[in-house]
Amino acid sequence: MQPTPRKPFSRPWHNDWWLHKRTYALYMIRELTCIALALYAAVVIYGLGRLAEGPEAWTAFVAALRGPGFVTFHLVALVLMVYHTVTWFQLTPKAMPVMRGDDFLPGHYIVGAHFAAWAVVSLVVLVIAGV
Amino acid sequence: MSERTIEFEVLRYRPGTDPEPTFQTYRVACQDDWVVLDALNHIKDTIDGTLSYRWSCHMAVCGSCGMQVNGEPKLACKAFVRDYGGRIRVEPLATFPIERDLIVDMDDFLDKLQSVKPWIVREDDAKVTEGEGEYRQKPAELTRYRQFSMCINCMLCYSACPQYALNTDFIGPAALALAHRYNLDGRDQGNEERKDVVASHAGVWDCTFVGQCSAVCPKDVDPAAAIQQGKIAATTDFFLGMLMPKKGDK
Repeated sequence: MQPTPRKPFSRPWHNDWWLHKRTYALYMIRELTCIALALYAAVVIYGLGRLAEGPEAWTAFVAALRGPGFVTFHLVALVLMVYHTVTWFQLTPKAMPVMRGDDFLPGHYIVGAHFAAWAVVSLVVLVIAGV
Repeated sequence: MSERTIEFEVLRYRPGTDPEPTFQTYRVACQDDWVVLDALNHIKDTIDGTLSYRWSCHMAVCGSCGMQVNGEPKLACKAFVRDYGGRIRVEPLATFPIERDLIVDMDDFLDKLQSVKPWIVREDDAKVTEGEGEYRQKPAELTRYRQFSMCINCMLCYSACPQYALNTDFIGPAALALAHRYNLDGRDQGNEERKDVVASHAGVWDCTFVGQCSAVCPKDVDPAAAIQQGKIAATTDFFLGMLMPKKGDK
């Protein structure tokens, strides 16, 4: 009997792949949080420009930030960045395992160290900002 | 033991006959302790002898029976039918071309596996054969790479990886995990030889840490961890190379 000739069939991989599984969707949300970060960075850079222009431009910029649009944007950006940070910190033991003696240090120590560092840096920033 | 009739929707593809894969349904009276592979064997033995699939050990060691069970990459020998409802959909691994029925074309994976030299590379082969003939390791040295050495090449991680699905140039989870396994091994001296593949764009840098490779791994290898560690190693190596160029480096 003649063997059947090979004819491998490649199934298409659709662009909406990330909508069909929760874990893929959560990954995609984590990746998309970078857009919020980019927009926030743009606002900060714009603010620096106003600061360079002088006190009047700076005061107008700060006043604009108090508007409902900017406040909403900052709240949304904060939530997204916290999600980004928390999910990344939870992954850190995978990327940077620490060996103690013959075994690995439990992952929660590494995650905990990142959260502690985050808290300290945030505190320093708040102190410098005079809050 | 209780028995339950389950409908198996199995993706069939017969090259030369079928223009594209189609589902075929089989009703199977399953024992409670059956795995999907038992049901497939039952189908092949008593209902339809033309059904094709790979399997060998039936104990999650050989890595042959990887397939999609209800859309998730699973070893058919480790997926108990009692964990599913009255219908179970069985398909070949998602990101590989289908050779026939549940069998995929694994040539691409095998080429990539070979490209990372997943064996102990020694620059001083001669010394070893003339010496004691064995390399000794301390428990801590073994622990460093042990998890990554558990890979059984079942390719479930490739089936779960959207990066590989979108760009088949990507070396992929299992091959990179095995490259890392040997790079971490104190007996190995092949880091430099693997670097061109591992630290390339199609290597660790094509990974965006979706993490599903680790979630579906039946042996808890955690390829995602290996790849992130590979990124750190590649970065460190790059900067150290700039600061302290080795002799002979361009």
